[in-house]
Amino acid sequence: MSVATPAERARNPWLTATAWRNLFRDRPIIPLTGLLLVLVLVIQAVQPGIVGLPWAGVILRASVPLAILAGCQVLTMLTGGIDLSVGAVASMAGFVTATFVNSPGGWVLGVAVALSAAALAGLVTGVGVGVFRVHPLIMTLGMSFVVLGLANVWQLQTVQTGAGVPDPLRWIGSGQSLGIVPNSLLVFVPLAVLILLGLRRTGYGRLLFAIGDNPVAARLSGARAWQVLIVLYVVSAVLAAIAGLIVSGLSNTASVSLVDSSVLPSVAAAVIGGTSIMGGRGGFGGAIVGALILTVLTALLTVVGLPEPSRQILFGAIIVAVAAAYTRVTAES
Amino acid sequence: MTTISTDMLLEATGVSKTYGAVVALKSASLAVRPGEVHALMGANGAGKSTLVKILTGAVRPDGGTIAVRGRERTVHSPAEARHGGLVSVYQEPALIPDLDVRANLRLTETPVEPFRHWLAELGLADLDLSSQVRRMPLASLRIVDLARALAIEPDVLMLDEMTAALPANLTERVLEVVGRRRGGDRSVIFISHRMIEIAAVCDRATVLREGETVGVVDVTEGSEERIVELMLGEIAREMPAAAGGRATGGPGAPGAVPRLATRGLTSGVKLHDVSFDLYPGEVLGVVALEGQGQDELFDVLAGSERPSAGEILVDGRPVSLRHPADAIRAGLVYVAADRAEALLMQRSVRENIALPFTARIRNWGPIDLGKERTTVDEAVARLQIDARAGGEVRRLSGGNQQKVTIARWVAGGVHTMLCFDPTRGIDIRTKAQIYVLLRDLAEAGAAVLLYTSELKEVQLVCDRAIVIFGGRVVAEVAAADADESSLLRAAYNLRSDAVLPEDAAAETVAVEPAASGQPAAGAGGRQPDPTDAPREGDR
Repeated sequence: MSVATPAERARNPWLTATAWRNLFRDRPIIPLTGLLLVLVLVIQAVQPGIVGLPWAGVILRASVPLAILAGCQVLTMLTGGIDLSVGAVASMAGFVTATFVNSPGGWVLGVAVALSAAALAGLVTGVGVGVFRVHPLIMTLGMSFVVLGLANVWQLQTVQTGAGVPDPLRWIGSGQSLGIVPNSLLVFVPLAVLILLGLRRTGYGRLLFAIGDNPVAARLSGARAWQVLIVLYVVSAVLAAIAGLIVSGLSNTASVSLVDSSVLPSVAAAVIGGTSIMGGRGGFGGAIVGALILTVLTALLTVVGLPEPSRQILFGAIIVAVAAAYTRVTAES
Repeated sequence: MTTISTDMLLEATGVSKTYGAVVALKSASLAVRPGEVHALMGANGAGKSTLVKILTGAVRPDGGTIAVRGRERTVHSPAEARHGGLVSVYQEPALIPDLDVRANLRLTETPVEPFRHWLAELGLADLDLSSQVRRMPLASLRIVDLARALAIEPDVLMLDEMTAALPANLTERVLEVVGRRRGGDRSVIFISHRMIEIAAVCDRATVLREGETVGVVDVTEGSEERIVELMLGEIAREMPAAAGGRATGGPGAPGAVPRLATRGLTSGVKLHDVSFDLYPGEVLGVVALEGQGQDELFDVLAGSERPSAGEILVDGRPVSLRHPADAIRAGLVYVAADRAEALLMQRSVRENIALPFTARIRNWGPIDLGKERTTVDEAVARLQIDARAGGEVRRLSGGNQQKVTIARWVAGGVHTMLCFDPTRGIDIRTKAQIYVLLRDLAEAGAAVLLYTSELKEVQLVCDRAIVIFGGRVVAEVAAADADESSLLRAAYNLRSDAVLPEDAAAETVAVEPAASGQPAAGAGGRQPDPTDAPREGDR
């Protein structure tokens, strides 16, 4: 057995490794922010002069919808679930709103209908997961097809009336005050504060962690998981719909599959941000940084001029590496 | 120690291990002679399990040396330790549930013939090797685990609470097999909370306290006292005086309405027609051999399962308990025996204690953090929880974890507490604290229903006890008459004037675990087929 005197251990680099592990485990947001800064420095080195306030504004603007979708994943993953229907629900929301632009109710009615439809989808998902105990992966995957199908039906119904992304959504989604600060922060900041405080300081937030950590214990303490889960999937779907509206405004397009490609990045952002897919561990702060990291990383890979396949490979590799690192630091030795 | 180190089969010196701020082992030493059965003793949290894990390579020590047959060794993994002749049988069977026994043997390259031999020695000769592990009762699994370890003829065999989940007859066999290994050139390290087993099979005992070896004792008659003293250190005399200041309320109080009463409670095939009254201010013991329906009784009272017939009355009014939340609202709070069932292992002590407060929808809103802190701190102080590693409950010792499960309910004020074997597998000191707490709760007017597998707890804590056998209440005993022998007679459903089977008296060893372990002893046959014993996990 190797002997290490205290003096030796003090000089031993192993101790710093432990310190790092603890830092990663308890405050993942600090090393993640460091990683984000490194990426920014790299992109600056690759293309000097690119980093500046306008660039930061563009990155922020692109990150907002991804961060909201990552919020959906954080909330559901905390309970040991996942929400793969965010893409379909978000696309549906943007699309439905666009079809109402020429109606008497205008875009306001469109947004109301879109959010209601999303909430309804979330309710069905929540009942499936909470009451009928369908695995969230299956339930939300199934729900994403249902929502896509219904959106297609809606598309056929409304094909004559004409559609377009309403101006207020474009303003929110792509507008930047002073040419820098994205207007979408007006939506995002209150949402983020709500989620962060909700997770830390409300009974409901505690229950999300509790159900993910140990459903039996939560039940024995009097929690009825189905109530928590139904509310959870409604909240997640509404958040996804809001993200969909912003994406629609950002890209000035409305299509039933607009946001589909963001589903896995949203999971990735949550995982990079330190939320465990096994439940009971994580938070939204990390996911926001995770979304920023992914956006900057995409920008970097574009600047470097890597072809799309290489970008995908790198993207996937980074996610796997981060997930593996978390598993190592959070496991009890 | 005066012995020269080269005489030792296994010698660990100055082994230390810290987890973050928590010192699991400060300086543990252990020297095992060839051919001896060596007890490793210590209160929970003293570091026994950590030391065993280090010896088998499951955990890396921070410092210290380990030598086998005089040669210093570094063990990196359990597999390496196995090849080096150090094998451990842990409390939880290390078997893959979805494979059959044979496939499990193949995984560890265990030869089948010696395995069969040891199985026969241990009393399970007719075990079908192609039965799936998942379907087998816990007791058989532990025997399989032990036989598998014995089959590779290890130099040092480590048994961690081996007899804890075994019925009486199997416990006997295990002790016999362990005892027979004395005098050869191979050794056994034996961990048990049962002093009587230590006395029966061990030659020497090493005592750990707070991560340090505090003494090595030759196990002879009367050495128990010395071992207990070493284990307890300063706090040895904190045990509550038996039978002092009992029952402020209780059935004797005129016109008292029972806090909790059941009438003809029946659940499936395990629980029949159970009726009892629990009064405010009393601790009512429930005594039963394993699998007599006590699990079902507590599940029904805690709202986890619905009764198939019968009535539950709280303060004289019938209640319907469809969910634990209903039970909690009716003031029935449940302390589960299995801490893994009750705790959020990755969350903090604070969140664990505050969990019941957030459970109801009306409490889903913002938490008054200041008030919560006060409540939680009070509960932590009252139960003397060592919350230094409180960031994650899984880093606490077993005893402290158990206290957290109790503190959760104490924090909110207790009307009726249902405790299912709350002291199983925890150290004497914590046990004493729990006894005192339960008495205090009763003095303050709460009602406590306590199932216990340790018969002597009945006299220490309870005002009276009911005995359940075969799903029915077969006896009610006042604390004064609840000595272990009458409780045992009742638990075996023997008339009080009947004599215990002649071998039983000599086997208090075997019988006491019978009550605390899991035997499904039928009235007629005292040697039930262990495979009939229900699995602990089936609760």
